[in-house]
Amino acid sequence: MEKKIEIKLCIGTLCYVMGGAELQLIQEDLPLEFRDKVKIVTSTCLNHCYKHKDKKPPFVEVNGELIAGANSIKIINHIKQKYSDVL
Amino acid sequence: MYYNNFALETRRELLIKLSKLLANNQLVEEIERIPIEMRPRKKQPIRCCVHKDRAVLKYKLMAILGYNIDDEEDELTPLSEYARQSLKREEFTDTILTVVDEACSACVKVSYTVTNLCRGCEGRPCKMNCPKGAIQMINGQAHIDSDKCVNCGLCQKACPYHAIVYMPVPCEEACPVGAITKDDEGIEHIDKDKCINCGKCITACPFGAVVEKSHLVQIHNSLKSETPNVAVVAPAVVGQFKSNPVNIFEAIKRLGFDEVIEAAEGADITVANETHELVERLEEGHQFMTSSCCPAYTALVDKHIEGLKPMVSDTHSPMIYAAEIAKKKYPNAKVTFVGPCIAKKFEGFHAKDIDYVLNFEELGAYLIANDIEIADCTDGELNDNITGEARGFAASGGVTKAIDAVTGDIFNPLVIDGIDKKSIAMLKAYSRKAPANNFIEIMSCEGGCVGGPCVLNNPKVAKRQVDNFSKGK
Repeated sequence: MEKKIEIKLCIGTLCYVMGGAELQLIQEDLPLEFRDKVKIVTSTCLNHCYKHKDKKPPFVEVNGELIAGANSIKIINHIKQKYSDVL
Repeated sequence: MYYNNFALETRRELLIKLSKLLANNQLVEEIERIPIEMRPRKKQPIRCCVHKDRAVLKYKLMAILGYNIDDEEDELTPLSEYARQSLKREEFTDTILTVVDEACSACVKVSYTVTNLCRGCEGRPCKMNCPKGAIQMINGQAHIDSDKCVNCGLCQKACPYHAIVYMPVPCEEACPVGAITKDDEGIEHIDKDKCINCGKCITACPFGAVVEKSHLVQIHNSLKSETPNVAVVAPAVVGQFKSNPVNIFEAIKRLGFDEVIEAAEGADITVANETHELVERLEEGHQFMTSSCCPAYTALVDKHIEGLKPMVSDTHSPMIYAAEIAKKKYPNAKVTFVGPCIAKKFEGFHAKDIDYVLNFEELGAYLIANDIEIADCTDGELNDNITGEARGFAASGGVTKAIDAVTGDIFNPLVIDGIDKKSIAMLKAYSRKAPANNFIEIMSCEGGCVGGPCVLNNPKVAKRQVDNFSKGK
């Protein structure tokens, strides 16, 4: 079986307070065709808040690629664009 | 109801930035920079220009520093001056909410309005069905005369083009007691004699114009002083972070508290007293009793439903009993209540054992500013003497469940989940004619405290976490 696309949600305190809490519900927003192609994991602070002071939380990694100021729509659009071949 | 929007994001960003300045001891020196940092010149302004945006942030910060916007005597007084005064301040007032007039967009008071979608049709069902003759055709489009209109909404229903819209004033719509109204300029004002501090206007306003005054500065001062500090934490906290309850309590402790007491410890006393009181009252011939732990509800009765006063339980809220425990153990301590609630700031102000109140958003901001990662706070301990029922108080029906566990069959409860115009009408009816039930639990926020105005997590997720903790999972 092919490897799933990994959505890693940062639930460090900063990301969590600035919208990460709501991102936990992203499963409900995913389009049907995504359902068995992605997996959602959470992580303690990924340190992006220290590394990228100019970018906004919450931070999310999709297969290791950083999305700042993340929300469900941003993440879904990113996956649609980047992984159209596997979906 | 809770959902993400940018006004909420602004509020949290302000809290985080202010907390960071506190943590770094730079509040007075740096506070003027916050509005400039958050609304830089190059960015597209939200309102007419960056200067207005910055002015709005200035006044929101003034509220977070603990001041009423109306208190401003001289427009030239800089934020640094308010910060300096706030750092020295000991006394508060029981005015909790303040309207940032710069931010209030003075929503138009007309409720129904005809949009450009109107085609000026021959049928004109809007005009024909208007019971007040308020609709006229001007330049080929329908026009509603606001002096005649009674907001019945018939024209909107009748229009086949959906050309008529209902324009609410969100804060007024959300306020269950009619406490927020416009002045001559259209700016909203809160009538303190009517307001029950439920906080629904804060959540409703899309301009973030209603702001809750904060005790953050004073709490920070107290934590840095020699005085012992105790936190009394509402059971809803367990649903606020994706982490173990043990970690959460330990994280709060690491902010500098000598001890963290679960308000649930007080809830056990509330349950015992309230059950006893209910049985006694029923024996005395009372027809029913209502809960008393929600401060927005008790304020509602005090200010708006005179006839229900004798029915409200005299038992104190869990916060009060837990604070008593705290003061007994540390007589000289400053006690801070941590919760999801705005009305608790009012209740806390009038309670002798509560010194400060910190809401969950402020808590989150303060944790961030102090670099405390909840996931790392693993070495805490839980109080094993607290019942699961007491820990379930955070969700609607929690009080009822806890009393039910003690009384059994004589108990016939009714749970009112959320204070709105409809439930107030119901309560008013009960003040005249007793319901079939002998106990009513009332929570101002839908879902209970997990749905409070200052929560961080989605109430559904939070309720699940609270339920699990209360069941010992």
